[in-house]
Amino acid sequence: MGGILTTLIFLPLAGMLLLAFVPGSNARAVRLVTLLVTVVLFLVSVPLAWEFEGTGGMEFEERAPWVPAFGISYHVGIDGISLFLLLLTTFLAPLVYLSAWNAITSRVKEFALFYLLLHTGMIGAFVALDLFLFYVFWELMLVPMAFLIGVWGGERRIYAAVKFVLYTVVGSLLMLAALLVLARHAAEASGSLSFDWADLVGTPVPRTLQMLLFGAFALAFAIKVPLFPFHTWLPDAHVEAPTAGSAILAGILLKMGTYGFLRYAMPLFPEAAQAAAPLLAFLALVGIVYGALVAMVQDDVKKLVAYSSVSHLGFVVLGLFAFNTSGIQGAIYVMLAHGLSTSALFLLVGVMYERRHTRLISEYGGLARPMPLFAAFFLVTTLASIGLPALCGFVGEFLVLFGTFRVHPGRAAIAATGVVLGAVYMLWMFRRVFFGPITADANRNLRDLSLREIVVLVPLLVGMVVLGVRPMPLLDRMEKAVERHIEMMRGDARAEAETPEIRFVAEAVDSMEEAR
Amino acid sequence: MHESGAGIAETSLLRWIVLLPLLGAVWNGFLGKRIQRRFGERPIAAVGCLAVAASFLIALRAVLALPPGGAAVDRIYTWFGAGDLHVPFALLLDPLSSVMALVVTGVSALIHLYSIGYMRGDRGFYRYFSFLNLFVFAMLLLVLGDNILLLFVGWEGVGLCSYLLIGFWFADREKAAAGMKAFLVNRIGDLGFIVGILALWWSLAKHGLFSLDFRAMAEGIHLLQGDTILGVPALAFIGIALFVGAAGKSAQIPLYVWLPDAMAGPTPVSALIHAATMVTAGVYMIARMSFLYSLAPQALAVVAAIGAATALFAATIGFAQTDIKKVLAYSTVSQLGTMMLGVGVGAYAAGIFHLMTHAFFKACLFLSAGSVIHALGGEQDLRKMGGLRKKMPVTFLAMFLSTLAIAGIPGFSGFFSKDEILWNAYAGPHGHWALWLAGVLGAGMTAFYMFRLLFLAFFGTCRADEETMRHLHESPRVMTVPLIALAVLSVAGGWVGIPKALGGGNHFHYYLEPAVAAHEAHGSHALELVLIAVSVLLALSGIALAYHFYMKKPDLPARLTARARGLHRLVENKYYVDEIYGATAVRGVLILSRALRVFDDYVIDGIVNLTGWIARIVALISGWFDLVFVDGLVNALANGTIDLGRRARRLQTGAVQTYVLAVFGGILALIALYLGLGGRA
Repeated sequence: MGGILTTLIFLPLAGMLLLAFVPGSNARAVRLVTLLVTVVLFLVSVPLAWEFEGTGGMEFEERAPWVPAFGISYHVGIDGISLFLLLLTTFLAPLVYLSAWNAITSRVKEFALFYLLLHTGMIGAFVALDLFLFYVFWELMLVPMAFLIGVWGGERRIYAAVKFVLYTVVGSLLMLAALLVLARHAAEASGSLSFDWADLVGTPVPRTLQMLLFGAFALAFAIKVPLFPFHTWLPDAHVEAPTAGSAILAGILLKMGTYGFLRYAMPLFPEAAQAAAPLLAFLALVGIVYGALVAMVQDDVKKLVAYSSVSHLGFVVLGLFAFNTSGIQGAIYVMLAHGLSTSALFLLVGVMYERRHTRLISEYGGLARPMPLFAAFFLVTTLASIGLPALCGFVGEFLVLFGTFRVHPGRAAIAATGVVLGAVYMLWMFRRVFFGPITADANRNLRDLSLREIVVLVPLLVGMVVLGVRPMPLLDRMEKAVERHIEMMRGDARAEAETPEIRFVAEAVDSMEEAR
Repeated sequence: MHESGAGIAETSLLRWIVLLPLLGAVWNGFLGKRIQRRFGERPIAAVGCLAVAASFLIALRAVLALPPGGAAVDRIYTWFGAGDLHVPFALLLDPLSSVMALVVTGVSALIHLYSIGYMRGDRGFYRYFSFLNLFVFAMLLLVLGDNILLLFVGWEGVGLCSYLLIGFWFADREKAAAGMKAFLVNRIGDLGFIVGILALWWSLAKHGLFSLDFRAMAEGIHLLQGDTILGVPALAFIGIALFVGAAGKSAQIPLYVWLPDAMAGPTPVSALIHAATMVTAGVYMIARMSFLYSLAPQALAVVAAIGAATALFAATIGFAQTDIKKVLAYSTVSQLGTMMLGVGVGAYAAGIFHLMTHAFFKACLFLSAGSVIHALGGEQDLRKMGGLRKKMPVTFLAMFLSTLAIAGIPGFSGFFSKDEILWNAYAGPHGHWALWLAGVLGAGMTAFYMFRLLFLAFFGTCRADEETMRHLHESPRVMTVPLIALAVLSVAGGWVGIPKALGGGNHFHYYLEPAVAAHEAHGSHALELVLIAVSVLLALSGIALAYHFYMKKPDLPARLTARARGLHRLVENKYYVDEIYGATAVRGVLILSRALRVFDDYVIDGIVNLTGWIARIVALISGWFDLVFVDGLVNALANGTIDLGRRARRLQTGAVQTYVLAVFGGILALIALYLGLGGRA
């Protein structure tokens, strides 16, 4: 029996093994076993929260040789950056599965298998400290998610799944090539081949090579974020995915890209990251405003929420590239807050969909009358999503704006318009769905939330309130790690020299911002 | 400015002022539905009212315990922080927040009581009281928060409650729309507010001051003199940015448009939120930040000019409204303009003084109007009222007294506070005769349209239909008692600030002095008396004109409007400002959004699909090649994916996936080879 992180990685696999002995025809048994596995997964992860010391370094580390010939090792560990993303993953696991209790009726067992496999991939990707190991988990996530979309999805599920796979694969193959080149470069310097994160992060890389490798990593992560203009897989994937798939996709998978920037692309190639910051911040700003505007005119609730993710994740990237404590802590906080509120939004949309089998806003109206409890849950989630203080969205967004304003007031001001636009599209949607007279007869006697649905949503709502009212326990635990991250970024890369291309882009961004 | 020497006392009393209404809101919010079904409205109302009443009593005790000119702080915990930013959750009671806390809890308690009668029989009774308590909580957080971020939390919180209560009867599409409009217009203002907060912190941090606490900022604010932000003096930039937020919340030009629509909410809500308390938050904020504004004359000038313009502009719209609540709404906008004028000329204490008296008389006016509407079975049209004086004597008396107060008749509360503002607008260090003129004209017009309302509703013959007339009745005791209390305050509430020119001591001004920056207006008592005389004369002629128009010659208004039809229609339609906004800003954003959506669907995604299509063709061509080379590997992997691969192949050609897998395997093999060679080299 290994450490707690290894347990978390392999627990879902063990669950899959267990499921192998449950007949697929007994859907109820399959569901119960899977739920049990995910609950245990969460319970196992809970002690991490208080045993974590927040030293800034890696904790709960485990290391074992894997392919010694190539310097690949099984090295896992967490710091203040990954801790809460990991906890978010295990927290959502049972809730999201429970939400799909009745929605998934065909191939229940296969669904459960893929669902568990997905969790191994996600947990592994968050805790891996070996670049090759990370890559394996990164690809491992892709497969089950593609199947979740492609098998249990909507009408255009195959198109959406293929698009999702191709987009991701294009990025990740480049990343694979880049990490191999990086490892080889490091091996030339040190004399021994290693894929260990700690070994590679300290390796000086020449500037040109940094730019190339950063570009490859950044593309892979930008697609996953998704950063404008690499975002068009997201609305399709969300719309076609089953509710549970959307919730996991929005809640966890979208954090992989920004996490990748934070853990890999930035500290491995600090100079390149500094140089590319204006470009990435510019794309993030475009994403914030563009995502919000496009979200406003969607007819499909899921698509609306999908575009809102583009907007929110823009805040994350903006915060990361402020290169200061408040910006980066804010970015991580937005990831967590978005993980809660957006996965809750998808689950809530799923509640509507299960009853009416449509996601078109125009099919609804006046739902607050037959479903008051549902309306209340939806409203709180909406408010959390638009950053109302005392709910989870505000703290992160404010810290990001705050960190950004210190380096670049203009950028912060533009990003702040996202706060206004966010309120516009969410409240407008809320009004059209819940307020006004009941226009469609089918909506007249809709059932309010069932006990199961309440059980799923209450923990999410509590999480949103706690994150909004009492953020310090989280911020304290991530502070040291973020400070260390910033030190790594400074390291040898204080030289402000920029290539002409980058300077050109930076100046263009500046002048555009000033023009506003 | 006087920094109090009395020091800061620590207390843990203040949290209960804030917490009790929150507990009431939570209780009724979670359990109210069941309680209402089983035990009726009584226990709901009891919890709602007692929570606020208790909050008022605690606030009173805390205020009385303050040493003269002193302050008390309740530090609760650190809300959030990162790097050098730390935002404590702490509450501050100083003379300024004392006034605000007492006005908020006191008026709220009366309106809660009134609501028991007004909302009787509504299926959402519990929801109403829960939201109303939540509002009081947020408003108290706003006025008691010790730093500007907590103020902002309350600021957003009251906005939320306003949204919920305007749209309380959500099944009505227009009411729900009004709620959303209020929230969104406020959010536009908040954009300025957020930028203001960021700029403030940023500027202070540059001088090594890492705090957003009001007292700490007050001490360090002078360091910012001479700084610039984007080429603008830093203090002016921050002051104006924050004022944009205030213009949203306090319904100033150009963001006032939400307030008249907000009248869609239940009338006690209009009285509490959209007249007495929430909408004054912008005025409070500027008084709270007076240390900043006093060093930013440009920002002050903007505040004063917008305030004066709003006071005048909104008053003209009040002339032509026929909905009793709409008249009161535009009057509120106009009065808020007057308050802004007050703080904008640096007379912070006068602005807060008027805020307080306005809370009394405007709450009284709205509740009286509510009483009328209640009696008439929901009728709000002045043209269908008349002669109610006899049937509703208590309501009439309350309305009459509060109308005298708003009209500025000497001796009534509004007179003292309004004239304090006008005096400072004329003779204060930031004053100007034009500001005074706008203010005094606005006041005269107010007297006219308020008496128009009074005459139309309570005098003459009743124009309601017979069915309504038969049900006409005075409101129950639970509604009239708060009316009487507020009427008394409307009369006497101004006596705490009688100016020296009239032989008073101006106690209110000196009470607030430790908390807000003070500028003395310079001028003789004689000049002050002349100005007072002018404003009183204007008010009296406004009343006389209203009497002439609506009592002596009731057919005159119709003839006049017939002659100036175009002008009348322009005013009646509120200068078409809503329509202009709709055609420009709203439409513009929507058109842009739709264009971007098309762009996203066809251009960006089009490129993606085109790329995919080309890749597929390439894949088909090279497919056989790949199969020959990495046949074994592909088969092994393909078998692993079993039936799903087969499904996909049936629907698509499957070539894409094969291709990707092949590329993947190929790169792996090549890289392994490369590394192997590299390691050896």
